[in-house]
Amino acid sequence: MNLTLKIWRQKNTTSQGKMVEYKVNNISEDMSFLEMMDILNEELIVKGDDPIAFDHDCREGICGMCSLYINGEAHGPDRGITTCQLHMRKFKDGDTIYIEPWRAKAFPVIKDLVVDRTSFERIMASGGFISVNTSGNTQDANNIPIPKDDADEAFDAATCIGCGACVATCKNSSAMLFVSAKVSQLALLPQGKLERERRVLNMVDQMDKEGFGNCTNTGACEVECPKGISLSNIARMNREYLRASLVKKD
Amino acid sequence: MSKAFEMFSSSIGRKFVMSLTGLFLITYLVIHLAINLLSLVDAHLFNEASHFMGTNWFIQAMQYVLALGFIFHIVQGIALARSNAKARPQKYALDKPSTNSSFSSRSMIITGLLVLLFLVLHLRDYFWELKFDDMNGHATDFDLVVALFANPLYTGLYVFSFIMLGIHLNHGFQSAFQSVGVNHPKYTPGIKKFGVIYCVIVSAGFSLIALVHYFNSL
Amino acid sequence: MSELKSNIPEGPLADKWTNHKNNIRLVNPANKRLIDVIVVGTGLAGGSAAATLAELGYNVKAFCFQDSPRRAHSIAAQGGINAAKNYQGDGDSVYRLFYDTIKGGDYRSREANVYRLAEVSANIIDQCVAQGVPFAREYGGLLDNRSFGGVQVSRTFYAKGQTGQQLLLGAYSAMSRQIGRGKIKMYNRHEMLDIVKIDGKARGIIARDLITGEIERHSAHAVVIATGGYGNVFFLSTNAMGSNVTAAWKVHKRGAHFANPCFTQIHPTCIPVSGDHQSKLTLMSESLRNDGRIWVPGKKEDAEAIRNGKLKPTDIKEEDRDYYLERRYPAFGNLVPRDVASRAAKERCDAGYGVNKTGEAVYLDFSSAIMRYGKEKAITEGLGNISESKIKELGKKVVEAKYGNLFQMYEKIVDQNPYETPMMIYPAVHYTMGGLWVDYNLMTTIPGCYAAGEANFSDHGANRLGASALMQGLADGYFVLPYTIGDYLADDIRTGPISTDLPEFEQVENEVKDRLNKLINNKGTHTVDYFHKKLGKIMWDKVGMARNERGLKEAIEEIKALRKEFWENVLVPGDLNEFNPELEKAGRVADFMELGELMALDALERNESCGGHFREESQSEEGEAMRKDDIYAYVSSWEFNGDASGFSLHKENLNFENVELKTRSYK
Repeated sequence: MNLTLKIWRQKNTTSQGKMVEYKVNNISEDMSFLEMMDILNEELIVKGDDPIAFDHDCREGICGMCSLYINGEAHGPDRGITTCQLHMRKFKDGDTIYIEPWRAKAFPVIKDLVVDRTSFERIMASGGFISVNTSGNTQDANNIPIPKDDADEAFDAATCIGCGACVATCKNSSAMLFVSAKVSQLALLPQGKLERERRVLNMVDQMDKEGFGNCTNTGACEVECPKGISLSNIARMNREYLRASLVKKD
Repeated sequence: MSKAFEMFSSSIGRKFVMSLTGLFLITYLVIHLAINLLSLVDAHLFNEASHFMGTNWFIQAMQYVLALGFIFHIVQGIALARSNAKARPQKYALDKPSTNSSFSSRSMIITGLLVLLFLVLHLRDYFWELKFDDMNGHATDFDLVVALFANPLYTGLYVFSFIMLGIHLNHGFQSAFQSVGVNHPKYTPGIKKFGVIYCVIVSAGFSLIALVHYFNSL
Repeated sequence: MSELKSNIPEGPLADKWTNHKNNIRLVNPANKRLIDVIVVGTGLAGGSAAATLAELGYNVKAFCFQDSPRRAHSIAAQGGINAAKNYQGDGDSVYRLFYDTIKGGDYRSREANVYRLAEVSANIIDQCVAQGVPFAREYGGLLDNRSFGGVQVSRTFYAKGQTGQQLLLGAYSAMSRQIGRGKIKMYNRHEMLDIVKIDGKARGIIARDLITGEIERHSAHAVVIATGGYGNVFFLSTNAMGSNVTAAWKVHKRGAHFANPCFTQIHPTCIPVSGDHQSKLTLMSESLRNDGRIWVPGKKEDAEAIRNGKLKPTDIKEEDRDYYLERRYPAFGNLVPRDVASRAAKERCDAGYGVNKTGEAVYLDFSSAIMRYGKEKAITEGLGNISESKIKELGKKVVEAKYGNLFQMYEKIVDQNPYETPMMIYPAVHYTMGGLWVDYNLMTTIPGCYAAGEANFSDHGANRLGASALMQGLADGYFVLPYTIGDYLADDIRTGPISTDLPEFEQVENEVKDRLNKLINNKGTHTVDYFHKKLGKIMWDKVGMARNERGLKEAIEEIKALRKEFWENVLVPGDLNEFNPELEKAGRVADFMELGELMALDALERNESCGGHFREESQSEEGEAMRKDDIYAYVSSWEFNGDASGFSLHKENLNFENVELKTRSYK
């Protein structure tokens, strides 16, 4: 199939960007979306143009590196997948496809379609962990039985890949789904309960400092999340936060 | 701000404020609607109720709480909308929000502001007249209502505003629960359903009152 | 170069590690604050090492080329992690895990290393659970296990099909905690481009900031290389696009030996190639082999009809199907180790029984599992006699709960529903057992330079068993390296900070810059990917699943010629001082071009078949691999002698005192 692409080009963080039109021909429907981008880039390089920079790595939907806003939707029109898992069979011959980077103040553009997501890193460093040192002498793993339902729910929250689609798709650029997934995972497990107050207060505080917008419960993040992280995690984070705010001593 | 109130300046704290004031206003609307519906039943009854609301000490005290509720909800809502808009300085060239979220959830600030405009008009025409003015020369509260709804433009404006209110409540109701952390696989579907029923009743109920009075005037 | 010293501790096998820990030197907490350690790579090995070293008190500088440590390719590991917990009471033990691993590796690994791995495996699970890793559990709240290829016990811990992700996020959260405390300084989007030695010791690295393009000097008292494997030398592999050999290769060129480079694992269950546009291959977890049955049509004409689209797999009757693994290896059936399963698939496809357009695919069928689970479910739910379609319905649900995400992944890529029609799979490059040579302490032949995880060669011999990579990465990073590195650093407590103004830093930095400038200024006619694909084809055809002398010799010549062409004709756009992914790729492919030659050389030298290395000259009449223990029971450790003179081989003899070398039989 032949396609028209409108792609955001921006030299670096400080420069102005704009949408630029490209044509690609003879695209097979078995290709992945990023393989189509590879073909475009090969053509651009041979022509002497600057290839389009985009983030990608594992190309199997788990590393969370890829991050394109395709035709008005995070990770494109398909559901439950990342951009690298999107295949060209989802498009038709002659289609025009808009390709843009994640848009958020907290995710400045580095180049073209590549954004800086280190705001997520700082949120994680503010409390996204259980404070245990490596010793090899923690108690036996089976000493703390965990109800299967809790373990499964914690797992579901823990499957977040930190891609940022939730922020990209939220009309307010809110990071609540990302933060709540980690807060939820650790709050659901007995190991994580000991520092639940500190964790949620610190992580929310850092999230606010990074310049993300607030959550207005539109639910768009849950729909676009490639891993189907549930909105119930945000509710749990709200509860955790309320609880922590009420019981903390200082 | 004192430490005890620190949480209300955070993102989640501000959501709590929106949620709690929203729930309070939701409750208030039920009472308001109930009294207004009396105007369809019997003029005397409506005047009685109206008088009670205007003189009972508890209701009078609650008036200030209500005003505060409105003010917090409105001021916070506007402030949040402004800061949320700032979180995305560069907009998308192509965005398809309708594929992942409802119109009502995305337009809270618009429907909210329209309801606010209506509120100003509404306060001017009723609250101000009843409390501080001469009720445009009408003898009873009921007469004032009947007179105002005789105007088709006025009635249309009210109905439009009630529809906006309905859209606002459609998202607001369930959202208020989510914001305070009430989300449970067993109960949330019920809350959502109840929210839809609630906003239809409120929106349709108020509209019905306006329309009935208008048609009665013909 | 002196003889290789493996530094294996004295004493009985089971006591070696404990004795060693009791006797090596320690650095006291106050002195740890005075010591810097660089960790390159933040996967399971690097991430866990960085976190643990920082917890101990060292100042850690961690580097990754991705935008977050959480994105390292360990995240893609699906199936699980082995540990000798014996929670299932099925006869597992440390010794059995040790034995299975050393046998699975076809007796080409060190007894002492493998035993230590088995010994610390149980601690890994405890540690991860304490960190909040949500492993799968039973209704009673205890941890669940499953069995994995090549073993006869259930010792694999898992988190659905995302075990690697959950373990890496555990290590990442431990890292995050130390980043928050300031004990780890994290350098995201940085790529190590060379190592700096001072007085023969590893004292720092040269790295490029991938955003600004700036070349930076970083110093430390020791350098840990945990940069994973080099499967991308084949162009197509299950590795991430960015996975590369550069850090390990640079270290090798500065004096670290590279061991067993030809030992490559070709994973049997990957989604087949769909066309020339393919950029990478996707693994379907080995755990699928627990329930899926592998087959091809028994008749050639059926296979041909399927390839031409005239028949569907479901049209082939049960008696016309060849469940070739069950036929050839009745004892292990579909659960034979990866190398065996891969070769068997290749054998069938080469014989003309392949089932996709290219003839390079076999079926992985879940229909019997669906019926079996459906019947079980019908009994446990007391449903009595129900129809076949109802049973199927129930069975599908069970299969979905176990493998749902994998099935979905398959459907997205291939556009076929694996609940209704069998999956198509074919072997693909997955893991490299070879890597930097390390001694028992995980130190390379450069003093102060350590290698951990897939980047080293140590524990898997010639073939890695399923669910053992995660175990090794975390064992190295959490429990081995943090101990053994102290023994070396004990000498450095009075050294003080290493200056980056030393001439050694300047010299290496200049060499790095020259090379990058050369790539940028070359302005040739072909892109980096063009050369990478050509290299990959040579490697896959001649240094792939089956190797022979003629092919390997050809490969060496072809790679040399291709490398020459690359340096004359490569086209790298953009500038040095900007975000330039093509430049990153070019540097990596340039290193693969050198590594490829060494892999072929190593494969040529080792004229035996062992594990993932199959020499056509060394097979039995039935086509089974034949090891030659009397000649090749050693580790091939290659030293680099400079671009002109190439590589020289050192042999570390493997002594087996505790296991008897047997022909691996899964019949």
